[in-house]
Amino acid sequence: MRKLLLIIKREYLAKVRNKSFVIMTFLSPILMVGMVVLIAYLTKVNDNDHKVIAILNESNFFSNEFIATTSTSYVNFDDVSLETAKDSVASLGFYGLLYIPDEIHIEKVCDRSFFYTEDAPSTDITEKIDAVFQERLRQSRLLELGLTASEFEKVDTRFDIRTATFDGQTNVKGINEIKAFIGGGFGYLIMMFIIIYGGFVMRSVIEEKTSRIIEVIISSVKPFQLMLGKIIGTSLAGITQFGIWLVSASLLLLVAFAVFDIDPSALNTSAHLQTGMGANMAPPIPTADQTMQLYAQELFRIPWVMLIFFFLVYFLLGYLIYSSIYAAIGAAVDNETDTQQFIFPIILPLMLAIYVGFFSVFSNPHGPIAVGFSLFPLTSPIVMLMRLPGGIGEGGVPVWELVTSILLLFGTFIGIVWLAAKIYRVGILMYGKKPTYKELFKWLKYD
Amino acid sequence: MNNILVAKEVTKKYGEHTALDEVSLNIPKNSIYGLLGPNGAGKTTLIRIINQITYPDKGEVYFDGEALQSHHVAQIGYLPEERGLYKSMKVGEQALYLAQLKGLDKAEAKKRLKFWFERLEIGDWWNKKIQELSKGMAQKIQFIVTVLHEPKLLIFDEPFSGFDPINANIIKDEILKLKEQGTSIIFSTHRMESVEELCEHIALIHRSKKVLDGKLSDIKRAYKNNVFRVGLQTANAELILSEITEKFKVSNSSFDSLENQLDFTLQLPDENSREVLAYLSDKANVNRFVETIPSTSEIFIRTVQSKELNA
Repeated sequence: MRKLLLIIKREYLAKVRNKSFVIMTFLSPILMVGMVVLIAYLTKVNDNDHKVIAILNESNFFSNEFIATTSTSYVNFDDVSLETAKDSVASLGFYGLLYIPDEIHIEKVCDRSFFYTEDAPSTDITEKIDAVFQERLRQSRLLELGLTASEFEKVDTRFDIRTATFDGQTNVKGINEIKAFIGGGFGYLIMMFIIIYGGFVMRSVIEEKTSRIIEVIISSVKPFQLMLGKIIGTSLAGITQFGIWLVSASLLLLVAFAVFDIDPSALNTSAHLQTGMGANMAPPIPTADQTMQLYAQELFRIPWVMLIFFFLVYFLLGYLIYSSIYAAIGAAVDNETDTQQFIFPIILPLMLAIYVGFFSVFSNPHGPIAVGFSLFPLTSPIVMLMRLPGGIGEGGVPVWELVTSILLLFGTFIGIVWLAAKIYRVGILMYGKKPTYKELFKWLKYD
Repeated sequence: MNNILVAKEVTKKYGEHTALDEVSLNIPKNSIYGLLGPNGAGKTTLIRIINQITYPDKGEVYFDGEALQSHHVAQIGYLPEERGLYKSMKVGEQALYLAQLKGLDKAEAKKRLKFWFERLEIGDWWNKKIQELSKGMAQKIQFIVTVLHEPKLLIFDEPFSGFDPINANIIKDEILKLKEQGTSIIFSTHRMESVEELCEHIALIHRSKKVLDGKLSDIKRAYKNNVFRVGLQTANAELILSEITEKFKVSNSSFDSLENQLDFTLQLPDENSREVLAYLSDKANVNRFVETIPSTSEIFIRTVQSKELNA
């Protein structure tokens, strides 16, 4: 035990003091924040790009429907030919020309209207124009039907079916996706951690082999102790790094937003599609506030304590399984270039878990694929975590599935670590051979 | 209890390959023991078994009278053939770490390290990294970490390979001092002549089997075959040589006419050399009469050949 602690301490310090580790730790948040700030800034610049659109309106059906917004304004041309209008739009440097011809019937007006631009127009603009025409068409058709605008408002309805679980809890739509997304975040974290720090473990084993210190060390400690110490020490360094990232990134983000005066909600562009329409637009969904409240409630209802607890369980077991495989690979080879053939089969289940998780678990968290992958030990740490935000028991993951999944994972953990330790023990003393799978299998039989 | 280490019929297999085949050894306390044999004979496997890096399939190993157990690693110091240190770790930290792994506490390890650093004149390396040191310097560190925990048994696998002659001599002297202080030492090497002068006991390992072991002086006595190298001062070389050839088996003769020096090798019929010497000095001035003692590698080759002939 004392020796294990010594090894953990050395591996931790060796990792943490490493120059590239220090650089990565402190540079990454700056890079990440820089990226976010850049995106936010560019979005802002993009929005600030003011577009002027000329309107050549020969029809009586349109008058003042086009209303300027912060990003677009409209100029009316009168009594000029279409060709002259096009030329002047180009010479004035306007964004485009909207031509509305004079016809007897509005349907025909709309049909024959054109929007001319230098290049293909941005969807933002065409959407705005489309909306105006749509609204105008609707009004004229209402008139034909003999309905007034206020009468129409009464029949124009939106409807969302309200959902609830059997025990009476109201649900909001899309909450499954949000929950799976939160779980997916945890799963993704596990995958990244395994790939990055598993790789560190592997390189550290290779380093001990190439520097030829390995035999000196295992004349004092058991190879298994060394392997375990290395895995634990490296993961502690990883947790330190993640901790530093989390704290510094959030601090930096706050600072950056304050300095550059960026409204974080501006990043959320899809949340509010501006229509640029007037007061006679269809009213907003009346229950928006209520829905938001429901979402908030749902998020609070996610059993965070349980989720974090199982995150730790799955993280620990999953990481130990994979990093001991990485350690065995490191022991089997003489240099990093020989590792490729062994790395791919490890990454495969991880990738599979992420993709299957995002595609299958999001749409149906309790379907057969989701259940299968959350039981299979090499994918369960990721997939089960995507399902868990839905809770355990009724309406969530059945208890037996969770228990089976963890038991399977634990059994695999014991088995894999045992096998990896065997390969590790033989491999660290082998030099000059490029190992094959057949060779590795033979090593398993050595005592 | 005069043996620090006893191996009884130790057998070790790797798959189909037998690395050690019923090897038994008795390694006496407070002596230098040579474990000799060509590459791939099984020496390193045996040493790894002693260090509990690997375990025998059959047979037993006793350390200082007890069956070998994990706590014994603290009493064994091992300098492997494949050796090295962490390249990017500081010398002092690294030595402390390895000493602590051998069970020393930090303060004691620090004290002893200071002592050894001064003794080998490397006091100011504490904060240097191994990669900043020359190979010879790194080897001194490697030696210190091997002996720092004052083990009862020291095992050196190909100790002088890679050492420059100056460092090899320093290390050799230190090893002899350790032996005087009561440490038992095992040398393992395929270059038999390199440790011959140091070893009191040897064992020859060939193709996983022990072919010979015992006290070096006994072995040499057993393997000498009354061959003498003789030098005579005479102008009449041809005549004398023909006379001698009639009585004895002579080989490798040469005559230097400028110096009137006749040299030849003489095979005696028995151990009685006095009569022969009297006979020779009757003929001419004897300026050389030396018994040819076989070297360890000669003994090895003869043993292996005779075994193969018998087999």
